[in-house]
Amino acid sequence: MTTAPNHNSFRTQPDERGHFGQFGGRYVAETLMPLVLELEAEYTRAKADPAFQAEFDDLLEHYVGRPSPLYFAPRLTEELGGAQIWFKRDELNHTGAHKINNCVGQILLAIRMGKTRIIAETGAGQHGVATATVCARFGLPCVVFMGATDVARQAPNVFRMKLLGAEVRAVTAGAATLKDAMNEALRDWVANVHDTFYIIGTAAGPHPYPELVRDFQSVIGKEARAQMLSRVGRLPDLLVAAIGGGSNAIGLFHPFLDDPEVKMLGVEAAGHGLDKEHAASLAGGRPGILHGNKTYLLQDADGQITEGHSISAGLDYPGIGPEHAWLRDVGRVDYTSVTDVEALDGFQLLCRTEGIIPALEPAHAIAAVKKIAPTMDKDQIILLNLCGRGDKDIFAVAEHLGVSL
Amino acid sequence: MTRLSTAFSRGPALITFITGGDGPTADILDALVTGGADVIELGMPFTDPMADGPAIQQANLRSLGAGTTTAEIFRIAAAFRARHPEVPLVLMGYANPMITRGAEWFADQCQQSGVDGVICVDIPPEEDPELGPALRGAGVALIRLATPTTDAARLPAVLDGSSGFLYYVSVAGITGLQQAAQASIEEAVARIKASATIPVVVGFGVRTPEQAAAIAKVADGVVVGSALVELVAQHGANAAGPVRDLTAALADAVHSAR
Repeated sequence: MTTAPNHNSFRTQPDERGHFGQFGGRYVAETLMPLVLELEAEYTRAKADPAFQAEFDDLLEHYVGRPSPLYFAPRLTEELGGAQIWFKRDELNHTGAHKINNCVGQILLAIRMGKTRIIAETGAGQHGVATATVCARFGLPCVVFMGATDVARQAPNVFRMKLLGAEVRAVTAGAATLKDAMNEALRDWVANVHDTFYIIGTAAGPHPYPELVRDFQSVIGKEARAQMLSRVGRLPDLLVAAIGGGSNAIGLFHPFLDDPEVKMLGVEAAGHGLDKEHAASLAGGRPGILHGNKTYLLQDADGQITEGHSISAGLDYPGIGPEHAWLRDVGRVDYTSVTDVEALDGFQLLCRTEGIIPALEPAHAIAAVKKIAPTMDKDQIILLNLCGRGDKDIFAVAEHLGVSL
Repeated sequence: MTRLSTAFSRGPALITFITGGDGPTADILDALVTGGADVIELGMPFTDPMADGPAIQQANLRSLGAGTTTAEIFRIAAAFRARHPEVPLVLMGYANPMITRGAEWFADQCQQSGVDGVICVDIPPEEDPELGPALRGAGVALIRLATPTTDAARLPAVLDGSSGFLYYVSVAGITGLQQAAQASIEEAVARIKASATIPVVVGFGVRTPEQAAAIAKVADGVVVGSALVELVAQHGANAAGPVRDLTAALADAVHSAR
């Protein structure tokens, strides 16, 4: 494998001020700024500390269950009749999604910093469950902010978090979904800066969060790259991943960014359609500032943030991680979107052909692959990040399919 | 002398905050002036007011729900300037509505509408290029916030490029809830004033004339926001009278403190 010379590398972002091109940065209230700088300094020390990396690796192997398998999907490949389709099976992780990778890394940072209380935001509840899990594992109190709308429609995950010892605070402000949960988590953080660590669930927020979440999630791409080389002796032709904030996608993509022969496709949620309600920030948004970073946002002409919509609560956010915004603008990664209806179709296709019930988030990636695979040659390889399993979604899917459980 | 420096030259100043477009804004602004406010902060509504407590969050949503646009905020400001040529007016809000048409556009609108300064909650000194140069170029003050977490090493960066006044947020938290201990306010104001060449005002959690008077003994100004915004929530279209009465009580306390 040849890699691009460093001055052409796509893997040297962000700069020392946390910017990915014009995106990213640290747009936070002054109260939080010293804390954000302290976190950056501690993360820099942790990265250089072999003991930190060793503990992270050990937990990923023995607690999370890594490495996750690399799986060739023969019947889906045959059904679509084009490129070979492979899955990185992060849905087999402890807690059922990729979210736990990041939570393990961040709670180790929290402990290094002497923080004694953890907060998090959650939409569908997967990040909340993963955060509650690592808090139980390390014996730290945990408060999860969740929009009241999401609390009502994700009752099983609310119960899981409570079983794990977390306090779930229903947020009634705004539309009472993920964006409002994040606002409320930031309000809590600003009032409890001295003892509290905020575990952000996606590769967004103020620097250094987009960088450190990416780094913790990059275990996905590092494993996949080595597994591909070992299993088929070459790299895949196309990587595909679903994008809400974009943590599973950046985790898969980043280790491949300097492999010019590997194309990449991020799949946003087009909801009811891009001309209606959706959550596709790149397709339907423009650059702005929210939740500590500059990135593509769904917003009106005055810069007021508009609500995202997706069948997948995990993609239902009006922004996207800043590194994706940059990768799109520099043209390294392509981005597309699929609708709720297409995602439901992808969901059922995977159930039927491979005996895998995916979460609605990677069902969006499946739907994109369904369109692309037939246009590619049979000796080409698509690698899709199967970032979560669908147990949490069966009620929502049943409802959309008109089945009462 | 600018309108802001003139206001602070008369002794401790009362600075009052209301959310633009929430209730009968022009009447409320006039009530603040009549009541004796020295500086007016006009909140620009935003969908995601992350640094605000429930009172101002709800004011933001009421204002947006009533259809308030950025153009309307500037119309309110320009009309205020026409009615009150001498009273300083400061816009306070969040970054995205300020930069969304470009910082130069925003700074130009401020200048044309007679806005004296801008407080942006979520642009710290580290991101100054986003808005600071445009405001300074237009002669509009960039008013920064200092907080209990702003230590001595960081304070010079906060002061560098600040103008108009420095807004000391007395509690690590959101607007309208906690009240800081008077001793901690006095210590912080003394520390900041040792470095600052601009007036230092104190806000967050100040609700009563008694609190305001105590702060005005040590600071150059006192900010009251949520208590006034709550009156607007309570009295709606008839808020001007109650707002004027509270403002008068606060102004009397602040102006007679020293």
